[in-house]
This record gives sequence, structure tokens and C-alpha cells, in this order.
Amino acid sequence: MHLPYSHRRHIDALPGAPALTLDGLTVGYPGASAPALQAVNLSVPAGVRVALVGANGSGKSTLLKAVAGLLRPQAGTIRIYGLPVGACHHRVAYLPQRGEVDWRFPVTVARLVLAGRYVHLGWLRRPGRDDRARVAAVLEQLGLVELAERQISQLSGGQQQRTLLARALVQEADLLLLDEPLSAVDATSRRIIAGVLDGLRRQGKTALVATHHLDRLDEEFDRVCTLVDGVLQTTKRPPALLEPT
Amino acid sequence: MIDWLLEPFRFSFMQTGLAAAALVGVTCATLGAYVVLRRMAFIGDALAHTVLPGLVVAYLGGWSLFGGAIVAGLLTALGIGWVSRRGAVREDTAIGVLFTAMFALGILLMSRVGSFRDLSHILFGNILGVRPSDLLQIAAIAAGVLLTLALLHKELELTSYDPTYAQVIGLSADRMRLLLLILLALTVVTCIQVVGVILTSALLVTPAAAAALLTNRLPRMMLVGALIAVGSSLVGLYASYYADVASGAAIVLTCTACFGAAWLVHTVRARRAAL
Repeated sequence: MHLPYSHRRHIDALPGAPALTLDGLTVGYPGASAPALQAVNLSVPAGVRVALVGANGSGKSTLLKAVAGLLRPQAGTIRIYGLPVGACHHRVAYLPQRGEVDWRFPVTVARLVLAGRYVHLGWLRRPGRDDRARVAAVLEQLGLVELAERQISQLSGGQQQRTLLARALVQEADLLLLDEPLSAVDATSRRIIAGVLDGLRRQGKTALVATHHLDRLDEEFDRVCTLVDGVLQTTKRPPALLEPT
Repeated sequence: MIDWLLEPFRFSFMQTGLAAAALVGVTCATLGAYVVLRRMAFIGDALAHTVLPGLVVAYLGGWSLFGGAIVAGLLTALGIGWVSRRGAVREDTAIGVLFTAMFALGILLMSRVGSFRDLSHILFGNILGVRPSDLLQIAAIAAGVLLTLALLHKELELTSYDPTYAQVIGLSADRMRLLLLILLALTVVTCIQVVGVILTSALLVTPAAAAALLTNRLPRMMLVGALIAVGSSLVGLYASYYADVASGAAIVLTCTACFGAAWLVHTVRARRAAL
């Protein structure tokens, strides 16, 4: 028996629908004089990797949070595989910025990553052997096997980021919302994370990635969206991808 | 020595008292792990004080004190959850406002009672006065709270360290916090019978805080905290029997001594690790 967390029933995606559609999306914070996002229109086909770039405060994180269901739109609509936010929690994985986690909480790396399976388990069901096997595979992929039983408070910034990415991967979602996955990480973690992001394309996963790293956009992404003061200014394919092959 | 140890428990009121203290200790320490880790130590104290008007109203009306305390505790827990939902008012502010208001109401109602001494066992607890019927109520609440904690362990754990991710997967951190407040209210009511309104927060916080210094695994922290709480209850009862001191205070001071010992162990370990 599956008792999902959300009061909405999990519904299968509409066939042929884009992974994400934003139509006139406007989002604001209580007490703010202007919306953080203003009338954003965006359509992301399934299997595409999109970079969200822009200065601090331009609305990148706000956009990801709205799609993740953490912020309610003031206007406009969000459709994920043709469905409203919350209708398919298991298909959307969110990698928050590291500051949103209480890293002093007594939980191990493996246990935190296992939480990525909870959306599939719902109420009352405990993780089983299959869930633990998936966790072990992802820990291997992200070079975290030796840290599996380590307390999360004992991780470096890069290891913390890999742990959060592992949790997002173990969820086996189709749409990944990654907020600054390469921010303030060491060279090893950056290499591993970049490799994993590259692998997402081969698996046909869709990724929306807020990033400050502009040096390898054309190699790592299929499309680049620039936000300026909450307004989506441009959405284009990186130059390298536009050139005939 | 064996006779010395067994002698107090030849009396049925001592056996009942020990059973009550053990049940309350295990429940408080287990729930207390979340109280400590979520930095909610203030709330245990606040909830214990806010049940006062419920107790006095029940006393004045000749109703069950236990029932009056539960109603007041649940109303406060729901009130704190409602006022602080969505972060409009910080939880500690909501607690501060409701705690003082409810306690003031309790004092106001107590001033209508002929003598404050009639309610002194509520303020300071009377573990040796626990009746078998009280024990049944305590056991029922302890079983309910512990079962809920076991069934919802993964949800309570996740919402404690990453409420944002919990919300993304459809698990409402606000609702889990409200559930925790309700469990706390129920536990506090049982705790009041053992150590009284004034010392209740000590049983919720001190054993769990001591355990947190000794282990960095949540289930182990709950287990160690429960052992400290039960052990302290036993020592407190012996102190009460042989030294004729207040049992609630003796239990709390034993818990505090355990915390001191845990702090020493933690400090020594940290220094060794630094070498």
C-alpha cells in the first residue's frame, strides 16, 4: 500500500508534454517592493539541459524554488510534464543551496542520500533492500562510498554538495532542479559533479541548473537562459552547439 | 546491599512510582532528542507552564486534572503551530506570547483557589502519589507517543534537518512540527505527575542533551537518553526514600549530574581527537 505525502494523487505525465512550461510566471516575496520574477515564459523540452545565469538576486534560485513548489506564483502558471506543480513530486528532484540544510544534525551520508527514496515510499513504509542498493550505486557514482557512514557535519563543502546531488539522483526523477551545484566546491568534486551532469543527458534527463560558472556553458548545457532583475532576457543555444556539425 | 536496594520496592506506591518514572523517562528522552536537535528546548518548559490553567479549571470544576492538562496543552500546541505557521511570527515569539498568557491565566485562576498548597503537587510533582489508574493513563500516552515516533521516524528526521527538501517531495514540514508539538503536549502532561510543572523541561532536555554529547547517531541518542532518564529516576526514588528529599528534584539533579559526566567525556574525547 502506498500512501503518498502529497494530498494530490500522483498522476502520470501527459504524453508529449514538455518537461517544463512557464507561462507568464510572476513570483514575489512578502514585503518586497517588486516581484523577484516577472512574467517569465519558458518551455524546456524533455532531455534538455538548461543553464540559468545572471547576477546574484537576478531570480535564478527563485525560479527553481517556484518550480519545486516552494514558492507560490503571484501570476502565471507552471506545468511539469503538462501537470501542475505537486501532481508528480517523484518526477522532480531539487538540489538546494547547501545553507538550507542543518549540517549539524546527527545523520550519516548514506542516511541523507536514502531520503531521496522517501517520495517513492510515502508514509509508513521503510526503505528496503532495493532502496539501499540504489543508494549504494549512486554513492559509488559520486565517489562517496568511503564517506557513507560519516556524519554529515564532518564533510567538506564539495562533499556536502556531492551528497545532496546523490540524494537528488537516487530519487530517479526526470526533471532535476539544481541550485548552484558547482558553487564553492573543490576541483575533485567539480570534476565528479560535471561528469554526473554530463551523464544526465545520456539518460535523457532534463536539468535546470542555476550557475555562476560561465566558462564551459557550451560544453555542459544545451540552452542558456539569462535572467536580469527577474526578467528572462535571452534564451539561446550556446554558440558551439549552433555551429553545424 | 541487595536488601538495601530491594527494600523501597516492597511498597506498592514505590513500584507504581518507578514504573511511572520509567515510562515518562523513556518517552521524554526519546522525544527530547528532537526537542534538543530542533533547538526547541524552550518549548518543553513553556508547554509545562501553559497546562496550568487547564489543571486549575479542572480542579475547580472537580474534573480530571489529567484531562484538564491535556486540553490546555493541546490548545497551546495548536495555538503555537497556528500563530507561527509559514514563518509570519517566529516560533520562539509565539511560544513566548502564549506561554506567558496561559501561565498568567493559570495564576489568576489559582488565586481563586482557597490555598495554593492544594495545587503544590502540580507545581513540584508527586511521583509517590501516582495511582494505578494514573499509571494506566501514563502508559497509554507513552505507548501512543513512542509508536508515533517509530512509525514517522524518517519523516520527523528529514523535516528536522532539511524541511525545504521535505516540502519539495510533498511532506509538509509545518504539519510535522505541529504533530511534534502535540506529542510534546501529551508527554508534558504525563511528566508533570512525576516532576511537576516547574521541572518538566529538565526531563525533556537534560537526558537528550547528555546523550547528544556521547553519540552522533539519532537512534542511539534516543536509547542513551532513555537509559539516563530511567537510571536517574531510579536514583531519585532511592534518594527520596532514604534521604527523605523531594523525588522530582532528586531525579532532575541526577539527570544534571549525568549531563555533567557526559560533558566531561565529550571534552576529553575532543581534546584527544585534537592531539
